[in-house]
This record gives sequence, structure tokens and C-alpha cells, in this order.
Amino acid sequence: MSDLLEGFLGTSVEGKKSRVPAKLDYVQSATGLFLGLFMWGHMFFVSTILISKDFMYTVTKMFEGSMFFSEPQPWIVSAIVLFVFAVFIVHAMLGMRKLPITFRQYQAYKTHMGMMKHDDTTMWFTQAFTGFAMFFLGSAHLLMMAVKADEIGPYGSADRMYSDFMWPFYLLLLLAVEFHGGIGLYRLCVKWGWFEGEHAKESRKNLKKVKWAVTVFFLALGLLTLAAYVKIGYEH
Amino acid sequence: MSRTITIRAMKYNPQSKLSKAHFAEYKLEETDGMTLFIALTKIRETMDADLSFDFVCRAGICGSCGMMVNGKPALACRTLTKNFPGGVIQLMPMPAFKLLKDLSVDTGNWMNGMSKRVESWIHTNHTVDISKLEAPMEPKLADETFELDRCIECGICVAACGTKLMRPNFIGAVGLNFGCMSLVACEDNCPKHLPLQSKIAYMRRKLVALK
Repeated sequence: MSDLLEGFLGTSVEGKKSRVPAKLDYVQSATGLFLGLFMWGHMFFVSTILISKDFMYTVTKMFEGSMFFSEPQPWIVSAIVLFVFAVFIVHAMLGMRKLPITFRQYQAYKTHMGMMKHDDTTMWFTQAFTGFAMFFLGSAHLLMMAVKADEIGPYGSADRMYSDFMWPFYLLLLLAVEFHGGIGLYRLCVKWGWFEGEHAKESRKNLKKVKWAVTVFFLALGLLTLAAYVKIGYEH
Repeated sequence: MSRTITIRAMKYNPQSKLSKAHFAEYKLEETDGMTLFIALTKIRETMDADLSFDFVCRAGICGSCGMMVNGKPALACRTLTKNFPGGVIQLMPMPAFKLLKDLSVDTGNWMNGMSKRVESWIHTNHTVDISKLEAPMEPKLADETFELDRCIECGICVAACGTKLMRPNFIGAVGLNFGCMSLVACEDNCPKHLPLQSKIAYMRRKLVALK
């Protein structure tokens, strides 16, 4: 009964507003943190190709349970991918609430951004844009990995880049992930007051420097890794 | 060494069917220590008696003269014209508030409505006996408690907020509210240097912790 009345009125019968939006923002932050940190780990694993094909192969097999099973078990990788996909969908669903969804909202934000020339305001637009792009890019990649987990490996992944001509797709995905994730992790710190210390303004400046350093580092690592797979694919 | 500066001010009267939004240009001699308050007053006295803008204290205390100065919200009385080397200063009214005319917006009614909406007063069942002396408070605690009381309700944090501009129902830093996207332009433009970023983060942590 109270649900019906609250849904109808927009406040509880005691006149209180719902705290659900607060929880939703919290879950959006939590899923974003998970995905951001996951992408750091992910980049380190895929970039093992820069060390050697054998090392990358060993890492791949480790995720397929080589420590516990004699035969590779790619379903473990599929299961991890499906879990990440679920978190990704929840994050996308919650993040969607923030996007400009009418022309007027888009127009107002663009004008505001142009007038203010304020870094954090502009960075948000980049984040919104790359987030939107990842609805499609991220989903496509995750689906491919879920159904073709057994093909991950130094040659399988390289063929996907070169022979299947997927490298332009992965270049776009890399840019989207690194900008969206880097800005997102920075904003999480600002949003929840992490690493704030005594002087919040100074800390924010430093956080932003760290953010850019991390973005440049992962972009460089990502581009080198992508190039390495394309090269292997070309030679294979 | 004086120079000629150009003030480009948006002019528009939403009340009039004949009025069309446009920019009016005024050229004037810059004087020592000239603020936008001085420049605008001179323009109104000598060039355009019809130009509307708000001022009361001209000392950064009343919070009446917030406007968009070359795209950024600022108090006109605390903005020196010499800080614009190009010598061209574009003025627009603050967005997010009801435009009255030209550079004049209604922040007062918005602040009042926001205050009522968030019930920004102390909610307590404790009754105070005003015949007794007030309970003393440690200076440090008083400083922390009254830090945000330095707010002059100029509306700059609201005009700086991209979230507010997309979602008119959003309450902005002055009311501290969920839905904030942490763009922190409120803090970066606050003329009183209030720690809005930290306080919003604090409120957010508190709100999530509530059962």
C-alpha cells in the first residue's frame, strides 16, 4: 500500500523522499571502481605479449585453471567474462541516468562547457561520450570473449586483430576505456573525498596529475600491446 | 597608462514582446583599480541608462552582482578590469536563475525556495531557554560549524554547475544534494573559497551510511 502511495506522490506517507537515489549513486561508484581496477589488471595481463608469446600463453592457461586441471578449462574465462559483463550492464544502466537525454540538455551543457573552459566540466563530457560509445564497443568485446574464450592466446588474439581486421575496433575501445576509466577513477576520489587530506584543493591538483600520468601510461601500454598483436597476426 | 576597454553586455528583457536578445558594446577609458562595478555604473550613467544589473555592497559581501564574465561566473564588484589583458570583457547574466533583464537575475526567490525545499534549518526537539546564557562552544568547533555560514548566496556555485543546467530540479552546491556529478566548478568559482568539494563528499558519505 505504501509503495503505491509513495510511487504516486514521490514521497513516503511521512513526507520523506526516497533514499534509493543515494544507494544508486553508491552502486554506480562501486561498479565503476571494480571495472576501473579490473581494466588495470586486464591491461597488465594482455600486455604480457610484450614480454613473450610463451609468457602470454602461460598467463592465458593460468586463467583456464592450469594450476588445478590437466586440461585447459576455457569455461572459467567465460564465467569471469559473464560476471564482468553483468557488472558492466549494471554500471551502464546507472550511468545512463546522468547522460544528457534531450536536445536542450545537450545544448545547455555544450554551451556551458564552452563558456566555462573548466577542466572537470569538460572531462565529464569526455566521460559521458566515451561511456556511450562503450555501450556498443564494450558489449561487443565482452560477448566475443564470453563465447570464444578458448581462442584467447598469442596467436588466436593476434589473428583476431589482423586476419579478422578487428584492430580498428580495439583501437577505439582502448581510447574509450582509458579516457572513461581514468577520468572515472579520478572523479570517484573527488566524489567520496578519498585522499583528500588536510588541503583538498592541493590534493585534487595532485590527483589530476596522477590521473593523467596513469592515462598516458595505460594508453602507451595499450597501443604497444595492440601493435604487438597486429605484428604477430601479420607474421602468422 | 590608461587604455580603452570594451564591455560587451547581453541585453534582453524577457518581459517585453519587442525585446530581442543581443550584445551591446560600450567603450570606455580604464581607470586605476577599476572594477566591473565601476565600469558598469559609468556605462549606465554616461552611455546607456537602460542597462540593468544588480549591486548593493560593492565589497563582495551582499552577493548581488554575480554574472558571467567572459564565460565564468564571478562577482562583478570583485573583478578588476585590468585582469583582462585583451581589454574585451563579455558579460552575460548567470544561467539557472530567472532572468529579470540584461544582467539582472532573481537569485533571492530561488535561494528561498531551495531553503524551504531542503528545510535548511536545525531540526531538533530541544527547546532553548532564552533567559539562560548560551552553552559555550570551543572556538575550533565554532569555526568548523560556521565555515559554510560565510556563504553570501550569490548563486555563483549554481551558475557554475553543469548538472544544474541540464536538470533544473537539481539543487546545486548551495543546497548540497545527491545527483551531483562532481564537476566541482562550484568550488573552483566560489568567491568565498568555501570547501564545497569536501562538504559534498562528506554529505554523500553520510547519506549512504543512513539506513
